[in-house]
Amino acid sequence: MRRALWILAVLSSHWRRHPMQLATLLIGLISATALWSGVQAINQQARHAYDRAAATFGGARTAMLVATDGAAIPQELFVKLRRAGWPVSPVVEGRVQVNGRSFRLLGIEPVTLPAEVGNAPSLSGRDFRAFVAPPGETLVARETLADLEAAEGASPEISNGARLPPLRVRPQLVPDVLVVDIGVAQRILNKPGQVSRLLLGKIKGKPAPLASAAGDRLQLVEPSAETELERLTDSFHLNLTAFGLLSFFVGLFIVNSAIGLAFEQRLPMLRTLRACGASARLLNTVLVVELVALALVAGLVGLVCGYVIAAALLPDVVASLRGLYGAEIPGQLTLRGEWWLAGVGISIAGALIAAASSLVKAIRLSVLATAQPHAWQQAQHRWLKSQSAAALAVFAVALLLLHYGNSLIAGFGLLAALMLGAALILPALLEIVLRLGQRRARAPLALWFWADSRQQLSGLSLALMALLLALAVNVGVSTMVESFSRTFLSWLNGRLAADVYVSAPDNARAIAIRSWLSERSDVDAVLSGGRAEVQIEGQPVELLGLPDHALYRERWPLLETAPRAWTQLVPGNAAFVSEQLSRRLDIRIGDVVEIPAPGGTWSVDIAGIYADYGNPKGQLTVNVAALMRHFPQTPQTRMGLIVPHAKIPALIAALRRQFALDDRSVADQATVKAESIRIFNRTFAVTSALNAFTLGVAGIALLTSLLTLANSRLPQLAPLWAIGITRPRLAAIELTKTLAVALFTALLALPLGLLVAWCLIAIVNVKAFGWRLPFHVFPLQLAELVGVALIASLAAALLPMLRLARMRPAELAKVFANER
Amino acid sequence: MLSIRNLSKTYASAGEPIHVLRGVDLDVEAGERVALTGESGSGKSTLLHLIAGLDAADGGTITLEGSEITGLSDSARAALRRDRLGLVFQQYNLIPSLSVEDNLAFQARIAGRHDTAWHAELVERLGLGSLLKRYPEQLSGGQQQRVAIGRALAIKPSLLLADEPTGNLDEATADDVLALARDLVARTGCGLLMVTHSLHLAATLDRRVTLHAGVVT
Repeated sequence: MRRALWILAVLSSHWRRHPMQLATLLIGLISATALWSGVQAINQQARHAYDRAAATFGGARTAMLVATDGAAIPQELFVKLRRAGWPVSPVVEGRVQVNGRSFRLLGIEPVTLPAEVGNAPSLSGRDFRAFVAPPGETLVARETLADLEAAEGASPEISNGARLPPLRVRPQLVPDVLVVDIGVAQRILNKPGQVSRLLLGKIKGKPAPLASAAGDRLQLVEPSAETELERLTDSFHLNLTAFGLLSFFVGLFIVNSAIGLAFEQRLPMLRTLRACGASARLLNTVLVVELVALALVAGLVGLVCGYVIAAALLPDVVASLRGLYGAEIPGQLTLRGEWWLAGVGISIAGALIAAASSLVKAIRLSVLATAQPHAWQQAQHRWLKSQSAAALAVFAVALLLLHYGNSLIAGFGLLAALMLGAALILPALLEIVLRLGQRRARAPLALWFWADSRQQLSGLSLALMALLLALAVNVGVSTMVESFSRTFLSWLNGRLAADVYVSAPDNARAIAIRSWLSERSDVDAVLSGGRAEVQIEGQPVELLGLPDHALYRERWPLLETAPRAWTQLVPGNAAFVSEQLSRRLDIRIGDVVEIPAPGGTWSVDIAGIYADYGNPKGQLTVNVAALMRHFPQTPQTRMGLIVPHAKIPALIAALRRQFALDDRSVADQATVKAESIRIFNRTFAVTSALNAFTLGVAGIALLTSLLTLANSRLPQLAPLWAIGITRPRLAAIELTKTLAVALFTALLALPLGLLVAWCLIAIVNVKAFGWRLPFHVFPLQLAELVGVALIASLAAALLPMLRLARMRPAELAKVFANER
Repeated sequence: MLSIRNLSKTYASAGEPIHVLRGVDLDVEAGERVALTGESGSGKSTLLHLIAGLDAADGGTITLEGSEITGLSDSARAALRRDRLGLVFQQYNLIPSLSVEDNLAFQARIAGRHDTAWHAELVERLGLGSLLKRYPEQLSGGQQQRVAIGRALAIKPSLLLADEPTGNLDEATADDVLALARDLVARTGCGLLMVTHSLHLAATLDRRVTLHAGVVT
C-alpha cells in the first residue's frame, strides 16, 4: 500500500509542476459533469412532477371507468357498481378561477378512495374528519398556495362567488390542483349528482360483469406506465438531453486532450518508475486510481455547478413546459440522492472514456522505448486515414437513418451521425487544405507556416472538432428558432384576427357580456367561439368552434385546403384539422373523421389543414353553431370583438368597469400578441442558454488545447527565434495560424449547421411536435456566428500568444541547452 | 554474484534478424567493478538491459546472487530492479517534477527501504546539500548524474548497472562523477558493471571486458 502511495505521490508531482494541465483536465471534467448534471436535474424535476401528477387521485397511474360518450356519469351508477362488487370511487373534476387564474378542482370521496392511487395524501383519523366535515378542507401543494396568493387556512373566493373550504398544504400534491370533498366540488362546479370518472381499486373476488351493471355506458381505462404528459414532453426532454450529451462530449474532448498530453509528458517518468522497480500492474492501477480521484473531485464540483445551471435554467424550462404542454412543474429545484451518485458516476466514466487511449498505451508501454515526447502527434497522423474511414461509415449510417428512419429517435440518431461524421472527417479536410497551402508556398517562412500548421493539427484537432460541433449546433438551432420565430409571427398575425379578446368567468356572465356588447355602437361584431374535448383513436382532441365570419375567411391561415373550404364548414358536416393531429392520425383532405358526441357519432369531412403551433393537443375546427348542436353543454365563455382601433381603450375600460374583469379576462390584440411572443421567446431561452454554454465549453476546449500545446511548441519555435525572427513576430504567426484553422472550421460548420437545421425542421420537429416549418437561411446570423467563432478563437489564442511574445530569451535558449 | 551463461538475443530489423548477443558468458563478483566496452552496436546496452530485466533474453541464463532471473515474470523482474539493482543511464532519467531530494529518495521509498542516515550520507558525499530543493531542469549535467547515482545507491543494491553514465559530461566532470561512484560502490560493497566507450575510465575499474560481435572477448 505504501509503495502504491509513493508511486501516486510521484505521479501527482507532475500536476504540481504543470498546474495549467491539471486545471485543463479539471475544467473539462467539471464542464462535462456540470452541463450533463444540470440538464438531468431539470429532467428529473419535471419527471418527478409528472409522476406526482399521474399518481394524484386518479391520474394515469390508476385504472378507471369513464363514460363511453365522454359525458358525465350519473352518481347512481357509482352506487350500482359498488353494490355489484366493483371497488370504484367517484371523482368530479372541473376548472375554477381564483383571482383570474385557472385551477384544476378535484372532488374526491375519501371513504371509497382506493389505496392504489399512489402518493395521494392519506386521509385518516382527524384529517379525515376535517376534510369531510363542514366547512371541509381544500388540499393544495405549497406552490399552489403561493399561486392563490393566500395563506393556509384562508378560504379564497372563486369567480362564481362561491368560497373554497379552508386551504391546507399537502406536499404530495402537484401544483395547480385543488382537492376537496366530492360534495363540495359538485356544488362549486354546479354538477349535482354527476361524476367525471370512477377510480378503480384492486378487484377482489368476482364482481358482476361491467356490462350487466352499467350497460355500454362505461369503458375501462387501464393504468398507463407513461402518462399523456410524459409522452407529449418526451421530445422536449430528449432535446435537453441531446444538448446535455453534446456538452458532455465537448467537455470530454478537453479531458482527452489534457490527459493525452499529460501522458506523453509523463512517459519518461513512467519508464523511469518501471526501471526503478515499479511493476506495470501497480503503475497502471495507480494511474487509474489517480484518474478516478481527480474525476471524483471534479465530479463533485461539477455537480455543484450543475445545480447552479439547473436552478438558473429552471424558470425558463417551467415556462416552456407550461406554455408548450400545460405541464405544471415546481419552480423550486429539489434533488435526489441518485442525481448526486449519477453525477459522480458520469464524471468517473467520462474521465475513464477520455483517458482510455492513454491508459491502453500505458498498459502496453515498453520500458525500453526511447522517450519521444511528441510521438503521439506523429502517431495521430496515422489515425487520419482510419478516422476518415470511420467518418464515411458514420455518414453511411446517417443516410440509412434518413432513408429508413421514421421516429424521433431516428431523427436524433441522424443528427448525431451527421455531427459525429463531420467531426471525424474535419482533421482530414484540414490536412488537405494545409497540404495544398504548403505546396503553393514559396517563401521559406510561408513554407514553415503551412508545414508547422500541419504538425500542430493533431494536437488541435480535438478542440477544433469541439468547435465545429458547437458551431454547427448553434447554426442549426439558431436557424430553426429564427425560422420558427418568423413563421410563428406571421401565423399569429393571422390567428389573432379580433381586436379585443374577452374571457368570461362562466357561461351566465358570458351571456350578459354578449347582450351588453350587442347594444354598443362601438362594437362591429362579437365572435363567440367554444371549445369541447373528446377522444379520437385514443388521442385527446380539442374541438374548436368558430363563428362564420369574413374575417376568418380572410385571415385564418390554412396550410392545405379543399375548394370552398370555409363554405363547407358552415352546415357542420366539415372540419379543419390541425397539422399535428393530421400527422398523428394520418388524416388528409377529403378524409372523414368520426367524433364521439353525447348525441351519437358526428361525422365530418376534412376540408382544410392548419398550423396550430404551441398546442400539445390535436385540434379540429368546426362551425360553432354545429358544435353547440352536438355538444350543447359547451360553455361559450370566450369571445373576440371587432372594434374600430380608436375605440379599443374605451371599450376595454368599460368592460372592466361593468363586469369587474381583470387584465387576464379582457385584453386587446396587441397585448395578447405581446404575451404570446413573450412565451415563445421564453420557450427558446433555454435553447439559447444551452447554445451559449456549448459554445463556451468549445471555446474553453480551444483555449486549453492551445495552452497545453504552448509549452511543447517551444522546440519548434526556438530554432526560428535563434535565426532571427522576433518573439512578437513568432507570436503573430502563431495567432494567424490558430485563426486560420478556426476560420476554416467555422466555414465548414456553416453547411453542417444548415444541414442540422434542416434535420431539426424537417424531421425532429415533425416527429416531436407534429408541425413542419418553412426552411429559411439567415446570412446575417451566419456571418455573426462566424464572427463569434473567430472572437472565441482569438480570445483562446491570445493568452498563449502573449506568453510567447513576452517569453524571456533564456526560456527559448533552454530548448537547446536541455537537449530536449 | 552475477553469472551469465550462453546468453543470446536477436532483434528483427526490416525483416532481417540481427544477432546482437551470440552466447555471452560473464561473471561479476561481489564488490567487483567491471567495465564493459565495445564498439557502437556491439550489444553492450542490450546486455545491461537483459541483466536489469528490462528486456527478455532469447536463450541462456542470468543468475544473480544464486537466483536465476531469465525466467522471471514482469512483476518479479520489477521487484528485482526495485530491491536489488541500481540503474544509472546516460540521459540521467530523473523525474522532472520531483525535487532533487525526492528524486534521491523515491526508489528507496518504493522499495520500502528508505534509510535516513544513508540518505544524509549520500547527500553529503555527492555534494548535493545545497541543491536538495531544486528540480532536475535547474541542475547541470554533472549534478543530474550525481543525483541519478545517489538514487541508484539509496537502496544499497547488490549490483549497480551503469550505461554510459558519463557520456554527456565533459572529461573533468566525468572523472569527478565516476570517482564518487567508485567510492560509494566501495562503501556499499555492491558490484558495478559499467558500459563505457572511454578506455581511460575503464582503466580506473578492477577489470575490463569487451563485447565484440555478440560475444565477450
